[in-house]
Amino acid sequence: MEFLSFFQNDYFLQIATMTCINIVIVLGLNLITGVTGQLSLGHAAFMSLGAYCSALLALKLNMPFWVCVSAGTLFAGIMGALLGIPILRLRGDYLAIATLGFGEIVRVVILNTPIAGRALGLYAIPQYTTFFIALLAVILGIIFMYRFENSRHGLALRSIREDEIAAEMMGVDIAKYKILAFAVGSAFAGLGGSLYAHFLTYINPNDFGFMKSIEQLCMLVLGGMGSITGAAAGAVVLSTVPELLRFASEYRMVTYGVVLIVMMIFRPQGLFGKIRVNV
Amino acid sequence: MIIKQLLNGLTVGSVYALIALGYTMVYGIIKLINFAHGDIYMIGAFLGLIAATVIMKNFVVVLVFAMMGCAILGVLVEKVAYKPLRNSSRISALISAIGASIIISNTVVLINGPQREAYPKLFPNITYNLGGISISLLQVFIIVISIVLMYGLYYIVHNTKMGIAMRAVSQNLNAARLMGINPDKIISFTFALGSSLAAAAGVLVGTYYTAIDPMMGLLFGLKAFVAAVLGGIGSIPGAMFGGIVLGLAEVLGVAFISPSFRDAIAFGILIFILIVKPTGLFGSTAKEKV
Repeated sequence: MEFLSFFQNDYFLQIATMTCINIVIVLGLNLITGVTGQLSLGHAAFMSLGAYCSALLALKLNMPFWVCVSAGTLFAGIMGALLGIPILRLRGDYLAIATLGFGEIVRVVILNTPIAGRALGLYAIPQYTTFFIALLAVILGIIFMYRFENSRHGLALRSIREDEIAAEMMGVDIAKYKILAFAVGSAFAGLGGSLYAHFLTYINPNDFGFMKSIEQLCMLVLGGMGSITGAAAGAVVLSTVPELLRFASEYRMVTYGVVLIVMMIFRPQGLFGKIRVNV
Repeated sequence: MIIKQLLNGLTVGSVYALIALGYTMVYGIIKLINFAHGDIYMIGAFLGLIAATVIMKNFVVVLVFAMMGCAILGVLVEKVAYKPLRNSSRISALISAIGASIIISNTVVLINGPQREAYPKLFPNITYNLGGISISLLQVFIIVISIVLMYGLYYIVHNTKMGIAMRAVSQNLNAARLMGINPDKIISFTFALGSSLAAAAGVLVGTYYTAIDPMMGLLFGLKAFVAAVLGGIGSIPGAMFGGIVLGLAEVLGVAFISPSFRDAIAFGILIFILIVKPTGLFGSTAKEKV
């Protein structure tokens, strides 16, 4: 046990664990935005749903870790599907705005829910997540995403990204696949969120605001939309570089903005991406 | 009581309408949600603060200074972040716009710090009593200034050469180019116009709420965007109408439901409108081209 606690306090291991959690979340966003071409600006909301669901199960019902994480993942996935149903008809900018609105609504609702601790958030969440668990989630997540993207379903999702109308003509059930993309992508965010809650042991509704969604989008854009390598690489770069450059931490958000604009102008496919997403 | 709430709603709503006009004009012309628009509104408020402390505490001076500064900033943002992407995919332009928004708000945080700043008093505290209903001079002024500015915009768009060119570009950019209109110039003009209205809104909000902060642009801007969507994006009367409706809905929601759900009300309206009538109340439907 001493061995483990030593590892849990280690600064680098903490960064590594957060990096793994971010990879899991960005993999989910990649499925929605990169593979299916549906720009989501509310990904952090699903992360918060997973985090709160998981943390509440652990705090109020003393559930074991695997139950909390599975429930958090499942809950975020179901909520993602539920969001997917009404906003199916929206495209491009409108979809982005609707997801943003959804994200804000989730934040405000959590902020006003007594059981979720309102603005104080939840604390003393049992710390279950270790680096190895987070790493395991990344490995399983990548394997799942790889197999999913290259299956029939993945092809259907990509056809929606390339040309929705043409895909529909070819018999792709657009509604079903968009909901599927939102459900699976959100479930990944929920998984990342519950790992996050059980790692930091403290969560607050304002941790999952618009800026968090932007941060995740930034990771995906930097790495390359539509590419699993890209999603992972972007998450690694933007989780570690700000830590290394702590002395310049005030400039972090401005740098994010510059990264977004410069990448879009000079390399819209991202560092590792092969495709350009057309929406 | 209810009339007082309606007046408050009208005041906030006319400010929303001013900002919404900027979104709707830019969207009408280049089909881009100018995410940085809310931050330009915030810069307007800060420029007003600078003008009031450095130059003089005169409302007209403050307003003109903020509007001119933001007009320049709006054009600059367009040139740097949007112009190079005019032929790229929509998603790229949108992400670049988000980038511009983050840069502006966080640059102000770097310079000023994230704390709130008290806004100078530009108006005497006079309250009128009309048959039991009290209305402050400031509220009257906000509503009047908004109406004047909106009428000015309406005049520009409908009665000047620039306005005709703007409408031509929004109809068909390439056809307008063939007619001898320089679309780049018109787009810059649109950004300047929209940004100066946002700056005016910033100064008005600063004087109304007596405090500003670098992050105020995000939420307020998004809500103004909701107003633009509500009225039908691309439609100028729609933006005005949407702003007023949103302001009223918000104030009434706060009064009768709960103050803590203020922001959720706006986004609830947004999602509802997007689902029920995505073109908004005044918007026209466009057939999908295959």
